[in-house]
Amino acid sequence: MTANGWLQFLFFFALLLLCMRPLGIYMAGVFSGKYRFFAWLEKPIYRISGIHEDQEMSWRGYAAAMLLFSFASLLLTYVIERGQHFLPWNPQHLPGVEQFLAWNTAASFTTNTNWQSYTPETTMSYFTQMAGLAYHNFFSAAVGIACAIALIRGIARRESKTIGNFWVDSTRACLYVLLPICIAGALFLVSQGCIQNLHPYTVAHTVQGQTQTIAQGPVASQEIIKELGTNGGGFFNANSAHPFENPTPLTNFTEMFLIVLIGAALTVTLGRMTGSPGHGWAVFACMSILFAAGFTVAWWAEAQPSPVLHGVNQHASWHQSGGNMEGKETRFGVMNSALFATVTTDTSCGAVNSMHDSFMPLGGMVPLMNIMLGCIVFGGVGSGLYGILIYVVLSVFIAGLMVGRTPEYLGKKIESYDVKMTMLYLLIFPLAILVLTAISVLYPMGLGSLANHGPHGLSEILYAFASTAANNGSAFAGLNANTHWYNASLGFNMLGGRFLMMIPMLALAGNLARKKSIPPSPGTFPVNTALFTVLLTGVILIVGALTFFPALSLGPILEHLLLQHGVLFS
Amino acid sequence: MTTMMTHHRDEEVRSGTRVPGDGPMSSVLLVAVRYTLITTVLLGIVYPLAITGIAHLAMPYKADGQLIVRHGQVIGSAIIGQSFTGPRYFNSRPSAAGNGYDAANSGGSNLGPTSQALVSRVDASVTDWHKIDPGAKGPVPVGLVTASASGVDPDISPEGAYYQVPMVAAARHLPEATVRTLVRAHIQGRQLGFLGEPRVNVLELNLALDALTPSAPGAH
Repeated sequence: MTANGWLQFLFFFALLLLCMRPLGIYMAGVFSGKYRFFAWLEKPIYRISGIHEDQEMSWRGYAAAMLLFSFASLLLTYVIERGQHFLPWNPQHLPGVEQFLAWNTAASFTTNTNWQSYTPETTMSYFTQMAGLAYHNFFSAAVGIACAIALIRGIARRESKTIGNFWVDSTRACLYVLLPICIAGALFLVSQGCIQNLHPYTVAHTVQGQTQTIAQGPVASQEIIKELGTNGGGFFNANSAHPFENPTPLTNFTEMFLIVLIGAALTVTLGRMTGSPGHGWAVFACMSILFAAGFTVAWWAEAQPSPVLHGVNQHASWHQSGGNMEGKETRFGVMNSALFATVTTDTSCGAVNSMHDSFMPLGGMVPLMNIMLGCIVFGGVGSGLYGILIYVVLSVFIAGLMVGRTPEYLGKKIESYDVKMTMLYLLIFPLAILVLTAISVLYPMGLGSLANHGPHGLSEILYAFASTAANNGSAFAGLNANTHWYNASLGFNMLGGRFLMMIPMLALAGNLARKKSIPPSPGTFPVNTALFTVLLTGVILIVGALTFFPALSLGPILEHLLLQHGVLFS
Repeated sequence: MTTMMTHHRDEEVRSGTRVPGDGPMSSVLLVAVRYTLITTVLLGIVYPLAITGIAHLAMPYKADGQLIVRHGQVIGSAIIGQSFTGPRYFNSRPSAAGNGYDAANSGGSNLGPTSQALVSRVDASVTDWHKIDPGAKGPVPVGLVTASASGVDPDISPEGAYYQVPMVAAARHLPEATVRTLVRAHIQGRQLGFLGEPRVNVLELNLALDALTPSAPGAH
């Protein structure tokens, strides 16, 4: 762990602090209709689709529109994949995608997961990547932001039957927030060496006389929204480790920064729209604690020399990053790989610039735990905010129990229905992960896909189901998930992790919006203090740890202990 | 039937579970389909094509992958690693992409820290290094015996480059100091002075090496 590494980390965090406030305030303006400079682009979209932009929806209407849109766009992507050999921009003449895989991939990209059971450069045409996959990178992010805004409105409004218009919210998220950053960012990525073309793959004759086929494609336009929208699905199999996706340390920094930017800024939007900026900062402070802690552990673990490699120089110096370099790129080294791994799992991004499967046991446990906490540290765009707000409601409820009063949250009484919806959200998630993992370790259809054995094998399966339930999409990628069992179960897991959790959350939003506001009294537990931050952090860690500690101790923790004794598995 | 459903809906609107903006399911589905199509055209086709067009006009070399052409033939990309073996060239890192440096099938080994396969592979690499370079007795820099994440890592660490200097100098009958100077000239420091790790681009270093000794066997 070097001084330069800390400098990079502090610079990263300082820049985030600097940029999140203006963006958060801007988003509050966009979603309250203050800024309308893209009205000329919005209006034709509404007219063609038959959307009445001035009509607001109840939570049921909002949820129905969200579900039907997700269904329609999922179906279109499935059709594009299956028929890509009839569509343009397929210079490699790739055949239509097999049906289980096409289903898994369409579900994956619609739910903002971007789990990939396939090698993109040998499976997906440029058209599929652009119009099917990158399209969902925009819209799954926009839907996430829309739903988070709906929840914020639910908290902020009083005695209201409506929580906004789904179509208007997602259109504005795309046009006012995502698209401008993407256009500028994509061109910046190209200037650093990220490719952007529609050429067939290049055949090169190398210096030592071999033939090398170099995959090409419209990468930069997809790469940028993949990070900004916390999607994470790589244009290439190696994802953001591939030099054409992430050519320099500066693109790496930019990509990590964009992954956390909107999630962090939404805490400012929360504070702004609910008239309680202090609360937004208290939530952000909790996220920052978990972020810094995760990064420190991951970096420390990866910087350790492996005790089972002999005759290898693993020392860190200016001349080499040292540490565990299996599955890592020279230009990023150990520190930037650990930071990327933390960032991508704190959020629901799932892009990787190093292979998590090859991390040291405790280094790999950090991304796994981040996902098990629900990807709520800055979080997936939108989903991170409503994920942590569920924990906020739970914390307020627990605080209320401790002082023996009806809990209140920003002037709203938290009652039985709200707590039920909160618990539903919190229970569906571990249930899906642990039950499906248990089934997979009992049968050959699950175990046959393992690349590593012993405790690491359990980690691979656990990671796959956690990653898909939390809509993260990163993987311990040794697991061969392109089988009927994994394509089907992981596909349903992704849909459940997205929609079964969004619906209780929107119900909560609708119920909160209907309530009267009550003035704070001396017995109200304030949610804008350091004490609240500590309580919230504690609740997240206790809920997460109690749920998953047994599984983690059989996976990464056991593997760590065995590695120290030189135990290997073949 | 229709009247009953409408009546039911009105009831829901009055009681507050529905509002006029919710609309009937069938019309919402129609909106969803039309919205999907129009936005697919806009963000799935127009946006990436526009970026492609601008990139092609403003930065064609970068947008096309920084291809290096020698004698009318593409020999590779400046930022995609290719395989170099034997003592005459600075060797690139082990690669798990396809059969090694397959730039149409990128990826890492995904072997975990307690994998016997990983440890055996690293042990074999260490033995190979000592065989190809009998002069080098010290431990091998970690980057030279571990597979990268992409399988097409274009770089090695400065430590990994310096480690190979005696081997390359001997094979090319060059003074070690000359080769060492060449390595030093090809070290890329941290970007903006503090981002990322110092590194050496293997293809560029080897092309410079070939330029230094053009008459070397195998160059023709």
